[in-house]
Amino acid sequence: MIGLAQTQAQGVFRWDWIGRNIDAIWDRTVEHVVLTVVAVSVGLVISTVLSLIIVRYRKTYTPITWTTGILYTIPSLAALAFLVPITGLSHLTAEIVLVSYTLLILIRNIVAGIDGVPQDVLEAARGMGYTRRRRFIEIELPLALPVIVAGIRIAAVTVIGLVTVTSLIGLGGYGFFILRGLSLFYSPIGTTQILVGTALSVLLAVVVDVSLALTERALTPWARRKAPA
Amino acid sequence: MIELEHVSKTFPGQDVAAVGDLTFTIPEGESVVLVGPSGCGKTTTLKMINRLIEPTGGTITVAGRDVAQMEAHELRRGIGYVIQQIGLFPHRTIRDNIATVPKLLGWEKKRIQARVLELTDLVDLSEDMLTRYPSELSGGQRQRVGVARALAADPPVLLMDEPFGAVDPIVRTRLQDELVSLQARLNKTIVLVTHDIDEAIKLGDRVALLNIGGVLEQYAPPEELLRDPANAFVADFLGTDRGIKRLSLVPISQINLDPGPVLPRSAPVAEAREMMRRYQIDWAVVGGDGRIEGWFTENDIAGHDTLDRVHLLPFQTKLAATDSLQQALDAVISSHTAVAAVFDGERYLGMVTSEEISREIIE
Amino acid sequence: MIEFLGEVVAWFTDPANWTGVNGIPNRMWEHIQMSVLATTAAAALAIPPAVYLGHRRKGGVIAVAGVNMARAIPSFAIVAISLPFSIRLGLGLGFWPTFIALFFLAVPPFFTNTYTAVAGVDDALVESGRGMGMTQPQVVRRIEIPVASPVILAAARVASVQVIATATLAALVAWGGLGRYIIDGFATQDSVQVFAGGLLVAGLAVVAELGFSAIERWWLPRGLREPSEDIARVAA
Repeated sequence: MIGLAQTQAQGVFRWDWIGRNIDAIWDRTVEHVVLTVVAVSVGLVISTVLSLIIVRYRKTYTPITWTTGILYTIPSLAALAFLVPITGLSHLTAEIVLVSYTLLILIRNIVAGIDGVPQDVLEAARGMGYTRRRRFIEIELPLALPVIVAGIRIAAVTVIGLVTVTSLIGLGGYGFFILRGLSLFYSPIGTTQILVGTALSVLLAVVVDVSLALTERALTPWARRKAPA
Repeated sequence: MIELEHVSKTFPGQDVAAVGDLTFTIPEGESVVLVGPSGCGKTTTLKMINRLIEPTGGTITVAGRDVAQMEAHELRRGIGYVIQQIGLFPHRTIRDNIATVPKLLGWEKKRIQARVLELTDLVDLSEDMLTRYPSELSGGQRQRVGVARALAADPPVLLMDEPFGAVDPIVRTRLQDELVSLQARLNKTIVLVTHDIDEAIKLGDRVALLNIGGVLEQYAPPEELLRDPANAFVADFLGTDRGIKRLSLVPISQINLDPGPVLPRSAPVAEAREMMRRYQIDWAVVGGDGRIEGWFTENDIAGHDTLDRVHLLPFQTKLAATDSLQQALDAVISSHTAVAAVFDGERYLGMVTSEEISREIIE
Repeated sequence: MIEFLGEVVAWFTDPANWTGVNGIPNRMWEHIQMSVLATTAAAALAIPPAVYLGHRRKGGVIAVAGVNMARAIPSFAIVAISLPFSIRLGLGLGFWPTFIALFFLAVPPFFTNTYTAVAGVDDALVESGRGMGMTQPQVVRRIEIPVASPVILAAARVASVQVIATATLAALVAWGGLGRYIIDGFATQDSVQVFAGGLLVAGLAVVAELGFSAIERWWLPRGLREPSEDIARVAA
């Protein structure tokens, strides 16, 4: 009875829990960020290679997007189920699952970005004597950047959400709090942990999204200025 | 000098050649306009010169060198290239856009800087535009930047693919005039593609009129093309008003001038009446020895014995012998007397009449 | 490895796994039933206001915020949060927290796709319709909804695949469905059951994805066929 009275007095949300768990929150933040950064970076490398293959050999577009589309469709829990028997409860398992979700998003955006470079700009570059490699690095890549960064933003936010699921194999960042909260669902401490885990995950997603957007703005000064009417 | 010998192009998967068998020479320092209906292969021909399109047969030489033997990108760095959509790099400032080819050629910074300023001046852009991006410029300004960029490394050859096709008619006329005056100073070898015969006539030292499949129907200076079309296709493409078009290309000095109804001051009025009767007009001119003083009408001489004290009217328009027949025609049809006086400096040469102009058209 | 796969095959052929509450037919049925229910409820609730706002060309901010929220809030978190709320509302464990979570998960794709598609109908089309004397409801029914239908159908595909995926997590809030095999397998370290559960869920999701894609292609009039972009797609 005393416990219940205390609960009602303090409400559903236990602010004091946060104060007592600052260290754990910090550790899980680092874990969440590392899992995300590694997944998006590896995804970006693989997607870039696959996108370059697509740009060079158009026929590969359908099989590559189809395959990555299937990877994207497979529920994350199912993906974990496939991998745990093979790679165990490891970082590798978590990263494979996370990376597999970034591929479709990133490849679509990289290819769309490169395809979106205006034909007249490419023709002018060719006509002025750009070599193929130099044209790609100096003209196509910078002009595709806004669309590519848009893809990275979606991929990063998606991965941040998915990291909560990899908590099921013990590598979940903020998902750790959500999972532990679920097991204590009958108590305010449980609810508090679910809400804190969710809020921090959303906050991290927003921070990363905004930072990437600002980085893109800084990298593409030409996109901001328009002709005075 | 650019030479095309038996050049042909058939695109993959097509039965008909875009360009069948084309041979012609573009002389050094001249501007040659390729014109013709769509599908005539004019753009294909242009792009084969800088190898944006590889010919399937024949040889093209620029300044004596076979382009097929050169590295494509090195060939292109030595040839200026302007396209209709301009193709400015949206992510680079105007300064960097103009500096594109010098940078590719590895010029020193100082030299590039100086060259950019020189070109900015040449195409009449203001220096404060150099730090802007292409999206901040008007269509006409962008086209000027496009020309400046093409001229940046001072290439002897300039290829232009419908360069003024995307701007409004007023700006187009101004840009055409600027190109004419630019060419008068620079003497580049220019190859320009257009579908607009008027543009071809205005900009070309020579016009190459192509038919479907890259058939060269006629290759001649515009005046000759209009005066003497090689066949019905050429005549048809030039249009029914080709006589009028040609007037802008023929100087007044090419036609016979009428001495005109000119009388000395001392001439008796009876002689003036006789002159008017002979010319079947009601006016005459006072002058002599390469000078004229003015003109009078039949009414002005009533009550006079000689022309000494007759009140004279000044000529409204004076034409020079170097003016075109188009200007002459304009003066003739807008004057009271239906003729216009032609001068060489202050010296009177004679009168242009509508009869003489129409004789030139019919011939 | 081959040994392991043999065990998986054995799991599938074990008659015990095909009967009772924990049998494949029942779990599959639960999973499909819940997914259809949540998706249909979300469609019924989200599409009408989206059509209305899209027709009025108002509410774009909600649409954009919807996509961003849907991306930023982990679907696992939605499932988790719905549990204490369901309990506080006296709805208990199992069905209701799962339904609530999946419903909220499916709303943004329907709303955003419908809104974007309807608001994006060419103004010239709407104007010509009105010029021919159509009333506002007729413009909506005869022009805007048919033209927007491919994108709305794409929303159904995206939402159902996502709902099927997330329903797996519902085993964590004491509901059934195919997720039971995986979650219970993790708990008992039965990797054969985990793998088998993964196959069933992945199969269902892929079948839904391909099935909806086929419907989209086959059912639509040729004049409207165009690549429908997954505007609000979120991974789960």
